[in-house]
Amino acid sequence: MAHIKLTNEELPGIVGLLNYRPETARPLLDLAETLLRGPSSLTSAEREIIAASVSHWNDCHFCHTSHAAAAAAHLKSGVELIDDIKAGLPKTVVSDKLRTLLHIAHHVQRGGKNVTEEDIETARIHGATDSEIHDTVLIAAAFCMYNRYVDGLGTWAPEANEAYTEMGERMAHVGYGKS
Amino acid sequence: MYRPETAAPLNALVQTMLHNPHPTLSAGERELIATYVSRLNTCKYCCNIHGAIAQHHLGNNAEIVQQVLADPETAPISDKMKALLKIAAKVQSGGKNVTADDVAFAREEGATDIEIHDAVLIAAAFCMYNRYVDGLATWQPDDENIYDQMGEQRAREGYLTPPQKIIHNNITDKG
Repeated sequence: MAHIKLTNEELPGIVGLLNYRPETARPLLDLAETLLRGPSSLTSAEREIIAASVSHWNDCHFCHTSHAAAAAAHLKSGVELIDDIKAGLPKTVVSDKLRTLLHIAHHVQRGGKNVTEEDIETARIHGATDSEIHDTVLIAAAFCMYNRYVDGLGTWAPEANEAYTEMGERMAHVGYGKS
Repeated sequence: MYRPETAAPLNALVQTMLHNPHPTLSAGERELIATYVSRLNTCKYCCNIHGAIAQHHLGNNAEIVQQVLADPETAPISDKMKALLKIAAKVQSGGKNVTADDVAFAREEGATDIEIHDAVLIAAAFCMYNRYVDGLATWQPDDENIYDQMGEQRAREGYLTPPQKIIHNNITDKG
């Protein structure tokens, strides 16, 4: 049970919270839609991998698993991707550029001031544009919000990776309901 | 604005959370939560601007803001606000650090579910805004007057209007 009495207690994670407080739901969903599915030179899969990685570092099971499932849906890969993201992508083929962006995201997750000029330079050397660096920082920052929201109110989350497959497909192909 | 597409939902979120009418928490109280969390995250820009906005909502009283930042327990705010700030501090350190006891205590001090929800969301959101601002090493002025002018504008107009021209006598260095 969540820390507060939600309107519909069967809805997991952030879904129950968005249902409980529709006024703040709209901008929260619009932000996710823009960040993860809006026009960008980073693919949606890459952006969902950043979101899922940050959520894992913040120990947020619901956010990590759902966004990893969304990445898997974009890549048409299986649920193994979820655990591979947790492990730092040893088995998944991703660009060096993405790996440098994930390094920046990890610093942001710990605190904005941890991002150094050297981190930015390394990302640029591997082909990251300013826009991609901006989006990486904002996605990482945003998931530091979403993770705290979901866990701070004690919401419930299904345990098994397989429970997130359908949710991941919807997030990838239908999106977050931009108004 | 560097990225207008993301600016729109970011502004809409802060407008809803901090400026729009709220059944029980004043704008000043909500800005105090944002300011306090920004101090915990050591984000100078966010702490200064939201502190200035809080001050202007609270009858231009700088004292209250300073006292909350120094020690919420002894600041001239309600017991309910003290409990909500405790929850906000827990959120800042990590969502799972908020315990059922923290929430029960807040309820004993008069907090409703909506107020607890909003305190958690404001604290969580400022963990985003602070990282965004510091993660991209944005320029942060040192001049108190700049924050005071911006704070007065935002307290009056909210977050959806463009920045107005700031009057300052000296060029401040990049922070």
